[in-house]
Amino acid sequence: MKGLGETFGSGAMTNDFKSIKEADVLFVIGSNTTETHPVIGSWIKECKAKGAKLIVCDPRKIELSRYADVHIRHNSGSDVALVNGIMHVILRDGLQDQAFIDERVENFEALRKVVMEYTPEKTSEITGVPAELIEEAARTYAAGPNSAIFYTMGITQHQSGTDNVRSLANLSLLCGMMGRPGTGVNPLRGQNNVQGACDMGALPNVFTGYQKVDSKDVRARMSDLWACGDLPASPGMTLVKMMEAAGKGDLKSLFIMGENPMVTDPDTNHVRHALENLDFLVVQDIFLTETAQMADVVLPAACWAEKEGTYTNTTRTVLRVRKAVEAPGEARADWEILNDLARSFGAAWDFRSASDVFDAIAACTPSYGGLSHRRLDEGPLAWPCPTADHPGTPNLHVGKFARPNGKATFAPREWQKPHEWPDEQFPFLATTGRILYHYHSGSMSRRSAPGEFVRELFIEINPADAQALHVDEGMMLRVTSRRGTVSGKAKITDRVPPKMIFLPFHFAEAGANLLTAAVVDPDSETPAYKISAVKVEKA
Amino acid sequence: MGLYRSHVLICGGTGCVSSGSLEVLEALKKGLAEKGMDKEILVVSTGCHGMCEMGPIVVVYPEGTFYCRVTAADVPELIEEHLYKGRVVERLIYKGEGKASDVPHYTEIPFYKKQHRIALRNCGYINPDSIDEYIARDGYAALVKALTEMTPEAVIEEVKTSGLRGRGGGGFPTGLKWSFCARSAGDKKYVICNADEGDPGAFMDRSLLEGDPHAVVEGMLLGAYAMGANEGYIYCRAEYPLAIKRLKRTIEQATEYGLLGEHILGTDFSFELHIKEGAGAFVCGEETALMASIEGRRGMPRPRPPFPANKGLWGKPSNINNVETWANVPSIIRNGGEWYAAMGTEKSKGTKVFALTGKVNHTGLVEVPMGTTIREIVFEIGGGILNGKKFKAVQIGGPSGGCLTKDHLDIPISYESLSQVGAIMGSGGLVVMDEDNCMVDVAKFFLEFTQAESCGKCPPCREGTKKMLDILTRICAGKGKPEDLEALEYLGTMIKETSLCGLGQTAPNPVLTTLRYFRDEYEAHINEKRCPAGACTELTRFIIDADKCIGCTKCARVCPADAITGAVKQPHVIDQDKCVKCGACAEACPVKAIDRR
Amino acid sequence: MQAIDLTINGKKIAAEPGMTILQAARKGGIHIPTLCEHPAIPIAGACRVCLVEVENSPKLLTACSSPVAPGMVVHTHSPRVLAARKAVVELILIRHPLDCFSCSSNGKCELQDVAYELGIKASPFTDEGDTCRDYALEDANPFYVRDMNKCILCGRCIRACDSLARYHAIDFQNRGIRTMVHPPVGKDLEHSDCTFCGQCVQLCPVGALSEKASTGQGRPWELKSVKTTCSYCGVGCELNVQVNTRTGRIANVTTDYLSPTAVNEGRCCVKGRFAWQYVHSDDRLTRPLIKENGAFREAEWAEALSLVAGRMTAIKEDFGPDAIGFFSSARCTNEENYLLQRLAREVVGTNNVDHCAHL
Repeated sequence: MKGLGETFGSGAMTNDFKSIKEADVLFVIGSNTTETHPVIGSWIKECKAKGAKLIVCDPRKIELSRYADVHIRHNSGSDVALVNGIMHVILRDGLQDQAFIDERVENFEALRKVVMEYTPEKTSEITGVPAELIEEAARTYAAGPNSAIFYTMGITQHQSGTDNVRSLANLSLLCGMMGRPGTGVNPLRGQNNVQGACDMGALPNVFTGYQKVDSKDVRARMSDLWACGDLPASPGMTLVKMMEAAGKGDLKSLFIMGENPMVTDPDTNHVRHALENLDFLVVQDIFLTETAQMADVVLPAACWAEKEGTYTNTTRTVLRVRKAVEAPGEARADWEILNDLARSFGAAWDFRSASDVFDAIAACTPSYGGLSHRRLDEGPLAWPCPTADHPGTPNLHVGKFARPNGKATFAPREWQKPHEWPDEQFPFLATTGRILYHYHSGSMSRRSAPGEFVRELFIEINPADAQALHVDEGMMLRVTSRRGTVSGKAKITDRVPPKMIFLPFHFAEAGANLLTAAVVDPDSETPAYKISAVKVEKA
Repeated sequence: MGLYRSHVLICGGTGCVSSGSLEVLEALKKGLAEKGMDKEILVVSTGCHGMCEMGPIVVVYPEGTFYCRVTAADVPELIEEHLYKGRVVERLIYKGEGKASDVPHYTEIPFYKKQHRIALRNCGYINPDSIDEYIARDGYAALVKALTEMTPEAVIEEVKTSGLRGRGGGGFPTGLKWSFCARSAGDKKYVICNADEGDPGAFMDRSLLEGDPHAVVEGMLLGAYAMGANEGYIYCRAEYPLAIKRLKRTIEQATEYGLLGEHILGTDFSFELHIKEGAGAFVCGEETALMASIEGRRGMPRPRPPFPANKGLWGKPSNINNVETWANVPSIIRNGGEWYAAMGTEKSKGTKVFALTGKVNHTGLVEVPMGTTIREIVFEIGGGILNGKKFKAVQIGGPSGGCLTKDHLDIPISYESLSQVGAIMGSGGLVVMDEDNCMVDVAKFFLEFTQAESCGKCPPCREGTKKMLDILTRICAGKGKPEDLEALEYLGTMIKETSLCGLGQTAPNPVLTTLRYFRDEYEAHINEKRCPAGACTELTRFIIDADKCIGCTKCARVCPADAITGAVKQPHVIDQDKCVKCGACAEACPVKAIDRR
Repeated sequence: MQAIDLTINGKKIAAEPGMTILQAARKGGIHIPTLCEHPAIPIAGACRVCLVEVENSPKLLTACSSPVAPGMVVHTHSPRVLAARKAVVELILIRHPLDCFSCSSNGKCELQDVAYELGIKASPFTDEGDTCRDYALEDANPFYVRDMNKCILCGRCIRACDSLARYHAIDFQNRGIRTMVHPPVGKDLEHSDCTFCGQCVQLCPVGALSEKASTGQGRPWELKSVKTTCSYCGVGCELNVQVNTRTGRIANVTTDYLSPTAVNEGRCCVKGRFAWQYVHSDDRLTRPLIKENGAFREAEWAEALSLVAGRMTAIKEDFGPDAIGFFSSARCTNEENYLLQRLAREVVGTNNVDHCAHL
């Protein structure tokens, strides 16, 4: 988000789904697309089958790599070096789109300077990728004519996550792969409404539509619209900071809606301590989750099929969610609970329906200004959609970027060593992620059919390592990091390279996040889930 | 090539190899070398001569002496007598109907006399592994002519003029088919050779590929030039290892000679040829299934349109012809379309290769002008029915064809005449049947084949042929019902009407034609529980003629099932419930008192 | 583009170029029965049920695969066509079990519809000894059941897997009467490339593939369809939740390949289609809970809400608004996220609001 925001002026996925099918080259990095976004995965495969070229960069041998023209298995945490190496080849061979750069991008010389250092040889040394593959990836991507980049958490969940994103943005600008169908830099959003939650201002520094809280004008407008007094001016704490503050006793109370940090946040032991340290914890959820069990008050919420509303998907498209069945017992929709809670505080809120709430959103959010439930009932629309007759915006950056002068800027970055790296004591690199059959903390998917299919934690380990540990398929492994220990059944597969293990994080009773560090990317505060140094033993 | 006073041609076709021709070849080479004659006499391993059941075949030139069933043990005598002293080894020469003293020239033998070899012109004459020998027989002259003197359109015109029609079964005019593909827009086109010969008993394609592979390749080159294709595939069944080996050699040689690859003969024409081995599914002979198989998918036909000429292999315009069709093309271009059109009937021009098998004296591969009658093929070329039995029927066109009777013997063979009587030309299988063949059983045999080979895609073929087979099996087991015949006719008609591809549309033909021409045999099975030909085991009965039986007890003693009882010197009786129909009693009976019915 | 004029059953129809006879007929409101055809997947021409008679064409043509041509005269229900169609359905029915009573597809079975239309009760050719009628039920996975005895080999599932899921997990195996749909030889479904997206199940025209969780949850005519958006990832697939109007419970989840509003174009994954049972899970929270002496007790809404407001107000007064934090959720709706940040900012007066954008 942040990486794209500063280079292009907007942090969202640049292109729509239709655009995928028009790409000539698909560059997939840090995204196990067929498991995390299966439908997008199917489009990528379809596009490849119709003749597009596919470049897959992932330390793991993910399914898409089967179809890849170029498969790069670079070392975890070496993304910036890899992309710099690719750009080096492009510049060395003059494959960049100079006209595009001259017309629409700033800061080219700075990029050239940084990238000059990353010869294929040096890049190969850092990334562990043969120089020829780097060269081939560079030629293939630059040849286009339309090349699109796709990434997911494999890029962002690093200490250098924002730098990784900046590097990919640099690459796309270098080759002019922007503003046309089949191009762009496309972060595939992991959760159903992560785009919407950001758009709605569920962030410490912005109101809806990324209107900054530290802007006096914005605050004035908001307090006008909300008919309230002065609004707080300084940006608040991020999730990780709030957890830290709770641990230290600076934060006294926490209201958690639909979150389960005891499973999903890094360093579970630290999270437990922080939550225990609070004076007053409220959890609003559909199940008595691991986090809810620690609460002072638990508020029962309606779930997905039980309420009206909207989600905004990874292509900024706003979609209707509709009520199909009644919520059980006295459970109520989150918006209703929040409305009544505000009234309990004494506020004069009176929202009668989700549609009412949406109209309030539209009133204070320019990019949502032209949207309403009534309009969305006809079909989804992509923001920006400022007015009721605006058709929506499927593709961003056509012709000009959303920065003040309309130009994008290169943001060259040097590769930095990851925060933690395997050593003698912790010789393995552990990476966490999702699997096809489960979602997040598993509270929904594990209570449905997929829960019967994949019941428990498994740990992917390379056959060579399994042999060295005298471990057979299905035997228990114990994995220990500086922060904790977790056990699970060995799944012996060459999907992971030697000395790397992969753990899905959906299983609360064997939580992969017992291992991870609460180390965050300083720019985006995204936890570095993808790298933990661990030792692996036969349990 | 050096000069030799004599050439000894040994058949290296699959038939002769299996009867020992490789040993004969070795013995000849060794024997000649020992005698120091290897500089004056050249031994050549050729393709199939056609008369496979007489193999191994050896022909000595320039005399054209035709030796058959030669073994390695015969070789010293052959060298000593014929090659050294010039005296024919009479005991090894082909006897046929003539007297032993007549030593006919190869081409005077009845089996060859009536034949007219165009597609097979080099089979048995040249070493198929030698491009030089092919070139010596005017090989690649047609290609040179086309590339240097003719436009692609002119090549197509010439093929149109020849009247050549698809030899794989359908009989679609080849020139017209080419013109569709030539007209189809696209920078990438394919030509494909269908060598997925799958009919039981058919070996035309195999013999051609083994005996004269360059002719097929030259034909494809001409087609590719005419249609604007630059890539081709030969889809050959993996069960033909020798053909595949020879084709690989052929492609290597042609590439070496600049006849395949980039800028052929210095022109702008380039052509790359691949061999794709098929897994032996009969349905892959259907062109859309064949293309699916080349693309690596399961070989299943798809509806047309789109036709391959517009959307074929990998969605590109493609043209498929079978081996024999391609092999005819060089001769047509070399000699002109009118030359070819001078042979045959009004609508079916040129010649056709048949694989003659079954109850006939000389089985083998024959090429005759269109318009030749079945009688000429069976009785003159084939030498009549084995063991002097009575001719009963001939199945033309393989499992998709039909059974014809003695009433059809004088039909001049053409695409039209055969389809009029319910058979098809097919790829040229010709199975001769005599009085011992049960026509219900024959129909069942072919249906078993098509059902087993049905790709399973469409219900008529998958379910319908199985149901017909069930009914036939029932009839042959004596459990037929009178309404079964009506059911067979209904199912057969509907399967023809509704099936997706040619396999299904023709699968009922053997049943429908035998029902039409041999209905009495079906009725005997159903109404009298009797197989007139005595072929259906479950309907066979062994009965002791009480008048003839002398009560010697031999039959009772050999019976493995203790089904025969009777006192000594008294007529014996067979218990039909116990009888296992092995026939041991009939063989043992000294007075032929036991009848098989 | 110039329209192509043709006549179907005496009715003039202006078809678009590239249309098939079937599409033209549908455009003109003329019904031609089909089994293997589905608009979302490539044409196969396999089932032969849509055969029609075209004047000047010696053979019957499959309407699904034959393109229209100017001046074409088509008969979809001539005696010849009806005889052929009847024969085809009789053949398909030879091995198809007639246990419609308990079949989950009863009421939406397309074979049932065609047989009904043609007045066929059963195949006249079914015999005791028919082979390949005793396939074992395959139900090793929690998602769907395969009953190959009901399979009519139309191949829709294979084409769905190839062209929609893009896996090619299954194909036809064997030949002749033994032809069946199966993963590659020697593999069962659970160890194949299948990812259980269930698109094959939805496209199955009969009951050969059926969803496990929806067994007994409602007949097709008891269900109402509610169009909504999937909550399992950022794609935002449009789903249709099928609700039993009698029980008020979800029976299953489907997609619509022809929906103009579906960003997923009808595609979906295992979670979207099969991970809905949690909605009716017994351990859903149904009443507010208040912790007293380390244990939860149930409470009324009013009590719970005023407790929350009261405690937080007190903390705000003692430590300032920034001693309170709000975790919003990327799984909740826009409306809910909006209200939560507004609650934090407007009502409590802190910018301490965030959500798990990065997890």
